Amino acid sequence: MRARVHITLKSGVLDPQGEAIRHALGALGFDGVERVRQGKVIELELADADPEAARARVREMCEKLLANTVIENYQIEIL
Amino acid sequence: MKSAVIVFPGSNCDRDMAVALERATGRRPAMVWHKDAALPPGLDLVALPGGFSFGDYLRCGAIAARSPIMRAVADFAARGGHVLGVCNGFQVLIEAGLLPGALMRNAGLKFVCRDVALNVVTADSPFTRGYEAGARIVIPVAHHDGCYVAPPETLARLRDEDRIAFAYAPGDNPNGSAEDIAGILSANRRTLGMMPHPERANDPLLGGTDGAALFEGLAGALMDA
Repeated sequence: MRARVHITLKSGVLDPQGEAIRHALGALGFDGVERVRQGKVIELELADADPEAARARVREMCEKLLANTVIENYQIEIL
Repeated sequence: MKSAVIVFPGSNCDRDMAVALERATGRRPAMVWHKDAALPPGLDLVALPGGFSFGDYLRCGAIAARSPIMRAVADFAARGGHVLGVCNGFQVLIEAGLLPGALMRNAGLKFVCRDVALNVVTADSPFTRGYEAGARIVIPVAHHDGCYVAPPETLARLRDEDRIAFAYAPGDNPNGSAEDIAGILSANRRTLGMMPHPERANDPLLGGTDGAALFEGLAGALMDA
């Protein structure tokens, strides 16, 4: 079973890297990009058979390591 | 005073930290590898040095904060031990939950390596007792991820409890940190995390000595104890 974790900055947290990407897009002529937020994707190969148990374990992984919940949100996809 | 410096893969200020501690205390610190599960007995201080532990993978300090020795460091802090984290060491303390908030990519996105002017915000801690409150000192920074952020209620608590140890002087904030925060104390004032490197301002040959009072004050406090 595979899990994919999307980690994004919480909405109130400034994202200077996203802002730099937005400027670079503007320089390439892509007008009208009003906001860019960057994050990361982590893919996990799991031995679990039960999707709900896998989701619970990945949630624990997010809380303990994969995300910094002071500044980041996470979303889990079980594939 | 007995101290230890934790060494992670990618630490690169561990020996500078050891030199600064030995100079102030007269005793060579124990160098403790991150895979060790226990600290040497009878320690007064644990120092987490600067560097790029685990290549800054995932988030700066995130992997190091989950290494075996950090459980022992958390227990040591919970028992009232003194802990100093500088630069990557500050990031590790934050990731380990021993200090509040988060350290993010510098607002200017660049690695900043230069002297900065700091205000000593409080002299009421074992780390800052060697300074006058309000003193202006110059200590170098060298980091890419030193922008301190925290929820408004955390910032208010740090301010109200006099737990901001060092602040960048107005106009000299190198990374966009909230409230110009350069270093913060734990609630019991025995853990300090700071981005500037006092161990790099500890000898005239290094270009400055404003960091020496931190180590001397700490040695004095822990010898008196």
